[in-house]
Amino acid sequence: MKPLDDAALSRLREAVLEPDLSATRYRLISVAGKGGMGTVYVAEDSVLSRRVALKVLEPMRAPDPFLRREAQVLARLEHPGIVPVHDAGELPDGRRWYAMKLVQGERLDHALRRKLGLGERLRIFRQVCETVAFAHAQGVLHRDLKPQNVMLGPFGEVLLLDWGLALLGTDGDDGARVGTEGFRAPEARGDARADVYSLGAILGQMRPLPPALEAIARKATATLDARYPSAAALADDIDRFVEGDAVTAVPEGPFRKIARMLSRHRVAAGIVAAYVLGRGLLFFLTGR
Amino acid sequence: MDEPLVRAFPVTRRSALEAARSADSAERARGLRTVSEAYWRPVYGYLRLHWKKQHEDAADLTQEFFAQLVDKDLLGRFDPAKARLRTFLRVCIDGLVANQARAANRQKRRAHAFDFEAARVALGGREAAASPDAEFEKEWSRAVFAMALERLRDRCQREGKEQHFALLEAYDLGDRPSYAALAERFGIAVTDVTNRLAWSRRELRASVFEVLGELTSSDEELREEARALLEPE
Repeated sequence: MKPLDDAALSRLREAVLEPDLSATRYRLISVAGKGGMGTVYVAEDSVLSRRVALKVLEPMRAPDPFLRREAQVLARLEHPGIVPVHDAGELPDGRRWYAMKLVQGERLDHALRRKLGLGERLRIFRQVCETVAFAHAQGVLHRDLKPQNVMLGPFGEVLLLDWGLALLGTDGDDGARVGTEGFRAPEARGDARADVYSLGAILGQMRPLPPALEAIARKATATLDARYPSAAALADDIDRFVEGDAVTAVPEGPFRKIARMLSRHRVAAGIVAAYVLGRGLLFFLTGR
Repeated sequence: MDEPLVRAFPVTRRSALEAARSADSAERARGLRTVSEAYWRPVYGYLRLHWKKQHEDAADLTQEFFAQLVDKDLLGRFDPAKARLRTFLRVCIDGLVANQARAANRQKRRAHAFDFEAARVALGGREAAASPDAEFEKEWSRAVFAMALERLRDRCQREGKEQHFALLEAYDLGDRPSYAALAERFGIAVTDVTNRLAWSRRELRASVFEVLGELTSSDEELREEARALLEPE
């Protein structure tokens, strides 16, 4: 056999990695990207004539328990913020795959490089919190929340991707130290509050933020005892900020409360102030 | 673990590393044969590129290196928890070269029938541009694929599937002609090309993992080596 040159080496790598889909209804179109657990391909569903995202899980990229879980997790979570799974199976070489809706959009980390308004940033963050809260209610921890795993669709959709490291409540704590540096909670063993920490780190990536939101991000990434107990509690504090109410992350004294009330009801406060000023002026000029 | 996953990622391996350290001489010889088959070209290339050895000297040192793997039980000192085998071997080569002056009068050893002339020719032209470490990795990749291809070819010959292998050679080792062109050249239907090529690729994957399984001693190490081989940075 002649020596393998660089081009042959590259083709052999492709040949070994490319999934054999001949026994399925899917036809490979292109590589969409590589995730933590495997490679995502764009494929054509020959029965329904539509494009799907087909994820092939690579044993060399993750220990076996993680490979079995992702499709099961996604199938369990039916939510507008989670990409639905259409189909799943096994390649002739034993690799597992599953097909899901093809989401074409922009990753949050890329979107944040542009100048998104505060309202848009909060809308996105609020939806991510809601999706995570839903997953927690179903007994699923994501464990790898980060802007790279949030996809923004062209019609305002906010989708949470890559559930490959997710943990089902029925699994018990596997003790694995998973996630991404910078977004991973410092505690060794995680529960739902580990995801809350990651959400706080995501909020921190959305700077610049007003002081109340900075305080919310700090509280979400605080030590376990001081942290929000759930993603829902974090989302509630975001709602309070949006509504102009006091957030639990900022202890409020009487002066601060008055200032916030005045700021929140600017028009009414202006009318009252104008009335009081007018009456005062009238009293000063007429003595009545 | 279920059967299909075992195919995708063989966990029951005949580790050549463990065999090379075995007390049984036949087992030890088998292990050393596999290790040397995978690593002799990377070792030779590293000596040429990193240590700037001339062809003759690099060939002698490569022979000496694999002789010392046995004599000094170097593989017995390898701890996969501390380093990759390739890193460990490079450190051993560095040690060998450092001691070369002291061993200047050593007898030349020709324990292994390596084709140094072919390696010299293959290395020609790359010497100036290549980084020794990157070249070591690349040579290792070439060796693993070459071993996997040899095993697949042997199997195809045994099972009367020479055409399956010939299709893989023509397509993945060639310049990727169209399936229609291959069908015409081999006198078969395009669907046969698709199916036989898919079989060959699937079995090549299994063969690659079999070789990697022999060159590693744990699942974690196998996983890392597979990524280094198939998804190099």
